[in-house]
Amino acid sequence: MAKLASNFKNILLCLLIISATMAAVLGVVNHITKKPIEKAQADKDEAALKKVLNEYDRLEEIQFPLEGAAQTNIFKKEQKDTLLLYFAYKGNELIGCAVKTFSDKGFGGRIKLVVGFLPNGDIKKIEVLSHTETPGLGDKMEVGKSTFPEQFLGKNPANFKLTVSKDGGDVQAITAATISSRAYCDAVESAYKSFMKLKEEKGEKSNE
Amino acid sequence: MNSKWKIFSNGILKENPIFVLVLGMCPTLGVTTSAINGLGMGLATTFVLILSNIAISSLKNWIPDTVRIPAFIVLIATFVTVVDLLMKAYIPDLHAQLGLFIPLIVVNCIVLGRAEAFASKNSIGNSFFDGFGMGIGFTLALTILGLVRELLGSYSAFGHKIVATDGILVFVLAPGAFFALGLLLTIVNAVKKS
Repeated sequence: MAKLASNFKNILLCLLIISATMAAVLGVVNHITKKPIEKAQADKDEAALKKVLNEYDRLEEIQFPLEGAAQTNIFKKEQKDTLLLYFAYKGNELIGCAVKTFSDKGFGGRIKLVVGFLPNGDIKKIEVLSHTETPGLGDKMEVGKSTFPEQFLGKNPANFKLTVSKDGGDVQAITAATISSRAYCDAVESAYKSFMKLKEEKGEKSNE
Repeated sequence: MNSKWKIFSNGILKENPIFVLVLGMCPTLGVTTSAINGLGMGLATTFVLILSNIAISSLKNWIPDTVRIPAFIVLIATFVTVVDLLMKAYIPDLHAQLGLFIPLIVVNCIVLGRAEAFASKNSIGNSFFDGFGMGIGFTLALTILGLVRELLGSYSAFGHKIVATDGILVFVLAPGAFFALGLLLTIVNAVKKS
C-alpha cells in the first residue's frame, strides 16, 4: 500500500485517530492499574510502619499540620503539609510511634521518611519512603546503602542535636551530600517535635 | 535469518547507539552512576524501543510524512506511560529502583531516532530485530559505563563494595560521566581502527 499523501484531510484524520486511540489506551490502562497501584502503595506504607515499630496490636492515626500549613481539604488523607503520626499500642500500653514526615529542603525536592520512636523519644528506626536525591550521593540516606542512617538509631533527639556537624550538630553528613543530609535531619527533627507535642497533649488528656 | 542476525548485531557492535552513533546522551550521562542503574535503564528502554519499532513500522503507511514526528512521539509517550503504570502496579519493587528513569525514555532520542531511521522504512520483523539489537547495545553500553563509574567513583561493583572507602567522588558526579564516556569512546575507536 502506498503512503498516504500529506494533504490536510489525511494529516487531520491521522493525528486525530492516533491521539484518540492512545488516549483511550491510557485511560484503560490507568483504570486497570489504579487499584493495584493504590494497594501496592498501601502495602509499602504498612511494611514501612512495621519495620520502624515494635510489634503492635493497633494503630491510632493522628494528623499534625505543620505550622503555617494551609488548612485545605480536611477530608483528604494525605495532605501536603501534614505529618501523619501513628501511635502504636499493645493492649493499652503505648509502645511507640511512627511518624510519616517529610522535608522540602532536599537537593532534588521533597524527601519522605517514616521515623519510629520509642515512647521515651528514642529513635528506633528510620526508613526512607521516597526521595529524588542524586543517585550515588544523596541516595545513601536509604537504609543499607551507607552507614549514614545507622548513626540515628537509639539516639534521643533531646540530647542528640539533629543538625549536621558542619552546622554544629551531632550528625555526620553523607560525603558530598550535605544538603540531602540536612533535609534528612530536618525531617527527623519535625517528626520528633510533633511526636513530643502530641504525646504531651495526650498525657494531659489522660490525667484529667 | 542471516539478514535478521545482521540487523540485530548491527545495534550491538557496528552501530552501537552510545559508542558509535553517540545518541541518547541525556540518560547515558545522567543515570549511569552505578552499573545496576545503567542496566535497569537499558532494559526499560529496550522494551519501549521494541514496542515502538513494531507499532511504527506497522503504521508507517497510514501516517502522512509531514506529521510523522508528532505521531511517533504520541505513540512512544503512550508506551512509556503504559510501562510506567504497569510496573507501578505489578512490580512495585523494581519500579522503586527505576521509577525515576522511566519517564526519561520519552525524550530518549534513540527511540525516536530508530523510529525515523529504521522502523518507518522497514518491515515489522526487521524493525523488531533492529529495536532489540539497539536496545541490547544501549543496555550493554550503559552497564559498562555505569560499572566504570561505580568502580572508580565508589569502589564497588553492582552495589557490592570492593574497597571499603569512599571512591574518587568526581566519577559519581556529572563531570565524571563525561570523563568516563570520553575514555570509553577512545578505547572503542582505537579498537575499531586496529
